[in-house]
Amino acid sequence: MKDVREALMVGRNSEGKLVRRPLSPHLQAYNMVRISSGLSIMHRITGVALGAGTLLFTAWLVCAAAGDGAFSVIQAIYASPIGLLILFGFTLALFFHFCNGIRHLGWDAGKGFDLPVMHRTGQLVIAATIVLTLAFWVIAFLVG
Amino acid sequence: MSKETAAPTIDIRRSGLGRARGLGTARSGSAHWWAERVTSAALLPLVLYFVVSVLVLKGADHAQMAAYMAEPWNTVLYIALIAALFYHLDMGMQAVIEDYVRKDAQRIVLLLVVKGGIVILALASLISVLKLAFS
Ligand code: HEM
Repeated sequence: MKDVREALMVGRNSEGKLVRRPLSPHLQAYNMVRISSGLSIMHRITGVALGAGTLLFTAWLVCAAAGDGAFSVIQAIYASPIGLLILFGFTLALFFHFCNGIRHLGWDAGKGFDLPVMHRTGQLVIAATIVLTLAFWVIAFLVG
Repeated sequence: MSKETAAPTIDIRRSGLGRARGLGTARSGSAHWWAERVTSAALLPLVLYFVVSVLVLKGADHAQMAAYMAEPWNTVLYIALIAALFYHLDMGMQAVIEDYVRKDAQRIVLLLVVKGGIVILALASLISVLKLAFS
């Protein structure tokens, strides 16, 4: 093997023979309905979705800087039914990524790896995402 | 999956000591990892602030928006949010692209295109906030 990255795949087995390390199983081996793998991939999906969502964020600021006319147009678009639906999706992704991000930072600190704990924090993330998203939209309709 | 299955041999220049210690590429991996966690931690309060600011600015007209962004604290927090958010997004997208795009040429082009787009969005957001703040 000539590629440096390939070298990272090489290990020795218990007899000291050079072997190619096993890869983690192919995607199909995971049951995505299980809270562990499902939430894991959701973090990535919401991260990329939020990345696309920054287009909305930047457009909002640029229109505001452009002036009165542009800003009233974008405010009207975001307040339209389709606009609200997209913003709803955005808040859902944001609150999920936010809550699960806290879980990730906990793992990075070495906490919360036991399976029962992991399942509990996973359920907590789902519950908190729903509560925060609903709270946001209830307040949004109350203030305006 | 792999071209070589049986008993691979190594003929690349990587020292036995480096391999024994499990050292990686000895480049910027751990700094990248830290920056991702630091921006995540910074985003926790900044995103909460942003969510509140969106509620405050709901239905705002241009004058209200401009007045809001001209408040020094709002200017500062929006700039901090923009910096943390786009930095975090840049590193996140890099990780995702590196995971899924195997071909070197494709990966490098995609990395540069995405990074370029993120830089443009970050600058556009930043300049817009500054313009609102100073006019
Ligand atoms: C609310 C605050 C946020 C926190 C606490 C947070 C936390 C994190 C963490 C810990 C990771 C690393 C996950 C891993 O180790 O695999 C991550 C990944 C990522 N985040 Fe965030 N994030 C936040 C907001 C955002 C925002 C606003 C965006 C988009 C603009 C974003 C986009 C991404 C992307 C694209 C990734 C890469 C996903 C991956 O590698 O699987 N994040 N986030």
